[in-house]
Amino acid sequence: MSETLGHFNYWLVVVLMMTGMYVVIAHHNLIKKLIGLSIFQTSVFIFYISMGKVDNGSVPILVEGVELYSNPLPHVLILTAIVVGVATSAVGLALVVRIREAYGSTEEDELNDQDIKQHREERGGCRK
Amino acid sequence: MNIFQQLPLIVVILPLLAAPLCVLLGRGSAAHAVAVVVTGINVLAALALLEQVSATGTVRYFFGGWPPPWGIEYRIDLLGGYVLLLVTGVTAMVVSAAGRSVAKEIPASRSCYFYSLVMLATAGFCGIIVAGDAFNLFVFLEISSLASYALISMGQDRRALRAAFQYLIIGSIGATFILIGIGFLFMMTGTLNMQDLADKLPAVAQSRAVRTGFAFLTLGIGLKLAIFPLHMWLPNAYCYAPSVVSALLSATATKVSVYVLLRFSIGVFGIDFSLRQLPLDQLLLVLGCSGVLFASWMAVFENNVKRMLAYSSVAQLGYMVLALGLASAAGITATILHLFNHGLMKAALFLAVAGVVYRIGGNELQDFSGLGRAMPWTMAAFLVAACSLIGVPLTVGFVSKWYLLSSALEQGQWLVVVVIVVGSLLALIYMWKVLEVIYFRKPETEQGHIHEAPLSMLLPLWVLVLANIYFGIDTQLTVGVAEQAAQSLLGGRP
Repeated sequence: MSETLGHFNYWLVVVLMMTGMYVVIAHHNLIKKLIGLSIFQTSVFIFYISMGKVDNGSVPILVEGVELYSNPLPHVLILTAIVVGVATSAVGLALVVRIREAYGSTEEDELNDQDIKQHREERGGCRK
Repeated sequence: MNIFQQLPLIVVILPLLAAPLCVLLGRGSAAHAVAVVVTGINVLAALALLEQVSATGTVRYFFGGWPPPWGIEYRIDLLGGYVLLLVTGVTAMVVSAAGRSVAKEIPASRSCYFYSLVMLATAGFCGIIVAGDAFNLFVFLEISSLASYALISMGQDRRALRAAFQYLIIGSIGATFILIGIGFLFMMTGTLNMQDLADKLPAVAQSRAVRTGFAFLTLGIGLKLAIFPLHMWLPNAYCYAPSVVSALLSATATKVSVYVLLRFSIGVFGIDFSLRQLPLDQLLLVLGCSGVLFASWMAVFENNVKRMLAYSSVAQLGYMVLALGLASAAGITATILHLFNHGLMKAALFLAVAGVVYRIGGNELQDFSGLGRAMPWTMAAFLVAACSLIGVPLTVGFVSKWYLLSSALEQGQWLVVVVIVVGSLLALIYMWKVLEVIYFRKPETEQGHIHEAPLSMLLPLWVLVLANIYFGIDTQLTVGVAEQAAQSLLGGRP
């Protein structure tokens, strides 16, 4: 009982992480891949925030009469990690825009087809 | 305020400040000048730091005067100073050679962004090396990676975009794994400072959380390091990136990851925990050996020279990993040594290819035919660097191979010895394939218009080549520092 409910946050982290991972691997659309990556990263944010919680600890703001505070350090770390995650998504989306401009598609299968075709043409061109 | 005390900060903050400056200047040539100056200063700072470290021991820099573990610390030990010298040195050479090549391969309107990104990547790499705090290390890792993705996407071919995207997905998963690993360590010890972690971990080492954290960290670093079979992003990324970017990344990105692996697996966790209690040593040995054989084999059948060199990089990373897997002082020395030496030879090889791409416009094997006549100096540089890669005596490659072999022999690992020898023979085959085309095949087209690569590229290239020969003859600096660094790592200090 306590194993399941007591670690509720961590179960959520595992579910989110695996969902994100699955989307990254299984989906062939580049945008969906990026969404999966974001979910994957978000799960780690929850992981960090959960571990900062101290039993019966209060919000880490100095108040008279409160002795026990939760650990604020993981929250601060995660602020930085969120910025990193946003930057990653931004770079990824920018790349997808440029891939779409260059190939006219964001589906991995079509991109592969085009690449293979281009590769064959180049090899063929060399043999002439 | 003594400037020498600020050196650990300078190597990071200078390129970080130069990055927006490059964009503000707006012109490629001005941005290039800034980048050359900054990387030059970084080399001097790295030299001064290495001098300082070998004279007085580990250099520590406390931010705001707060001592760790409360404050953030930059920490440079012998290994850090040594890798810093490699990274800043190669970056300076590649950046000074970049001018003409970048002007040709990247549209003028975007070249200031290019130098800005190179500066960001440099700041990230130097930051990883000097960081004494695990979370700072993660942030710097992401700074350098994000800059690398963007740099790779600047390649002329549209496939560069896809290579960059693939690298972004895999790299981000790797970085997130590292973040999870650091989270587990923080959970168990309540500290992020690496030295403090090393002190506090043994008490809680026998817990599932620490082992899980270790697994996540190792896997994450493995993805960044392109350990076989996690190397899938590397060949395409190096193949389609702009030529100078291949030279830059091959000598810095993966080498810094090897450094991070050393630092965590041995410095923080301790060799007893990671390589003796947990079976990381066998894992690294098996992956390293199969990486050497597989990647060398792939390189033999590759007709694109840049991709061939990329596969060769994966193989060389295999040597570093397998030497680490030997779990002995000699093995770690060999890893550190090969890290430095491979940085030198691969940067030289990729720069020589950059010269060819600049003159010929292609990097397929047949583009090289007969270039021994048309571009004698560039091709001589390629020849020397190729010999170094194979492991011919009087080059750094020989020194590496010597230490790799002797560390394997010391442990009686005959199979590893065979793998190293076979890997070298395969290197001989794929390098010979290129050299044969360069020197013995007739040019396919009229070569009257092909000249030597421009002097601005030749000079840095030859500096690297001469370094290949110099450190192959005078091994005092490299071997001496590598041995001492291995000793101090095994002493249990990160």
